[in-house]
Amino acid sequence: MASLVIDNVTKAFGRVQVLKGIDIAVDAGEFLVLVGPSGCGKSTLLNLIAGLESITTGEIRMGDRVVNNIPPKDRDIAMVFQSYALYPNMNVRRNLSFGLETRKVPRAEIENRIQRVAEILQIENLLERKPSQLSGGQRQRVAMGRAIAREPLIFLFDEPLSNLDAKLRVEMRTEIKKLHQRLGTTIVYVTHDQIEAMTLADRIAIMKDGIVQQFDTPDGVYANPANLFVAGFIGSPAMNFIPVSLSRENGHLVAPLVTADGRRFTVPVPADTGALAPEREIIMGIRPENITDFQEGMQSWAHIAALECGVNVVEPTGPDTLVYTEVNQTQIVCRLCPDAAPKAGDTIRLAFDTTKPLFFEPGTGNRIEG
Amino acid sequence: MPDAIRRSRSETAGRILIYGTLVLFAVYFLVPLFVMVITSVKNMDEIRTGTLIALPQQPTLEPWLKAWGYATIGVTNEGIRGFFWNSIRMVIPAVLFSTLIGAVNGYVLSKWRFRGSDTFFAMLLLGCFIPFQVVLLPMARTLGFLGLSESIWGLVLVHTVYGLAFTTLFFRNYYVAVPSELVNAARIDGAGFFRIFWKIMLPVSTPIFMVTIIWQTTQIWNDFLFGVCFSTGETQPVTVALNNLVNTSSSVKEYNVDMAAAIIAALPTLFVYFVAGKYFVRGLTAGAVKG
Repeated sequence: MASLVIDNVTKAFGRVQVLKGIDIAVDAGEFLVLVGPSGCGKSTLLNLIAGLESITTGEIRMGDRVVNNIPPKDRDIAMVFQSYALYPNMNVRRNLSFGLETRKVPRAEIENRIQRVAEILQIENLLERKPSQLSGGQRQRVAMGRAIAREPLIFLFDEPLSNLDAKLRVEMRTEIKKLHQRLGTTIVYVTHDQIEAMTLADRIAIMKDGIVQQFDTPDGVYANPANLFVAGFIGSPAMNFIPVSLSRENGHLVAPLVTADGRRFTVPVPADTGALAPEREIIMGIRPENITDFQEGMQSWAHIAALECGVNVVEPTGPDTLVYTEVNQTQIVCRLCPDAAPKAGDTIRLAFDTTKPLFFEPGTGNRIEG
Repeated sequence: MPDAIRRSRSETAGRILIYGTLVLFAVYFLVPLFVMVITSVKNMDEIRTGTLIALPQQPTLEPWLKAWGYATIGVTNEGIRGFFWNSIRMVIPAVLFSTLIGAVNGYVLSKWRFRGSDTFFAMLLLGCFIPFQVVLLPMARTLGFLGLSESIWGLVLVHTVYGLAFTTLFFRNYYVAVPSELVNAARIDGAGFFRIFWKIMLPVSTPIFMVTIIWQTTQIWNDFLFGVCFSTGETQPVTVALNNLVNTSSSVKEYNVDMAAAIIAALPTLFVYFVAGKYFVRGLTAGAVKG
């Protein structure tokens, strides 16, 4: 177990700058998730941590050791690959022992570790099989077993669940989390799936275009996104972004919303700062769960604004029903209790939580703090 | 209903056309072999009096024994036996060296790319297209300089060097399809360059080894040009000896002995193809199509 510090790291392939100054630091035993759309540089960053690619500038430290020029085999890391990368010619037992043999771990110790890992992952009955005789989920387990048997300082996971079907992915996600709680080893985990990131991480680094957009806890990135990209990337369905033109009414700064059939209502905006001033065009972000069905008694709640609008599309998901409507000529999605679900074409009364909107600069996408 | 019948009739016609053509070509290729085999077991009288495709009346193995053991070639009377072994002694090391070096080359060019490795590969590929006549004189000088002129090891060197372009191409294209994550996993597991090669790459390389071995064996065994240029007398390979046998002037042209010797000279490549042939097509296409 070791802490990991990534200090102003850049990486260029020829003239292409893939990573532009990455700063991330996690404590020993933390679960770090690197998440972002494809091409954001997250896998490159993982390869730099693994030592499979060399760093252009900057520094990576594990514990108090600078590892920039240490080859992968001496970094004391273990990696789980997206394709599992099991050695096809060796059976499961040999796959698990290969890395230990190259490291000259004594035979008896190797046997011990294989036994223990096989128990943890419940793959005892697969030890004599070849990878080609395993199912996808079993291969996944063996790939993790190979990493665990090494007892490294840091585990690296490169999109390990993306080749599994949806049900198995959720199961393995929980297993990985359990495994982390049990072993307590530092983990760096790369994924493009924001749900995996949220559920697994102690801390999330959200990346785009070779830059860390935000580095925070799962709750932090969800409740306090630093910019439009993070706000839209984390959360499913994604946050609604509504263009608004601020105005002053009865002495208060408000964001007016107009529904498709012309009904108008306003959302109070917290403070009159330079960025939040009348006549300004800004983007208001509101999560679907903050626009919900209007229930009895809500009239008296100060922070709820009622909003009547026409329903375009209804999508039941089971626990919630998603309702699509239109405000300020923008489609927005609301999360309703299934009992209250309308039909397409109905007009429905929605409860808009006026304490929840976030505001963003339209040009830069930066968050405007109230 | 009439539609279906008509279609099946035209299908049948198509089939007949396809198989008819295939049979025609098969006959076209096999008739010369047939003529060679029957001629090789006839005596000279039968050859003079009978037709080319007439079956032998009194089959005899005498021409085979003579071709193998006591036919006159150049100045010796010992048949092609010695030259046959020359070819074996040339082919085995040349195939092994060129295949192994090609495998390492392919491994480096696919999994350990370096600055300029693509250019290097492109230049190496040019070697596939250089006519061997171009390199005869420089090679002769090189062999002389190395003291390998007119020796079997000289031929081994020549064939190894000029086989590399093809063997590298084969292995490189095969290894490109092997996932690089395997190599990365082994690197993290602590394995080095050669350990990864031996433990990870070689065990998955059987098909491409078969292809390369068949290809190289056939090429080197059948080579005439290098053999005739870089060897003399008792170091000549069997292809050159066959030529000398047929061209040795004597009172009568012994077609039966010539045919037997030609078949003997062709047997090893046929043997290799039958033993390892099932890998050949599979391996040749392995690099081209994933899966």
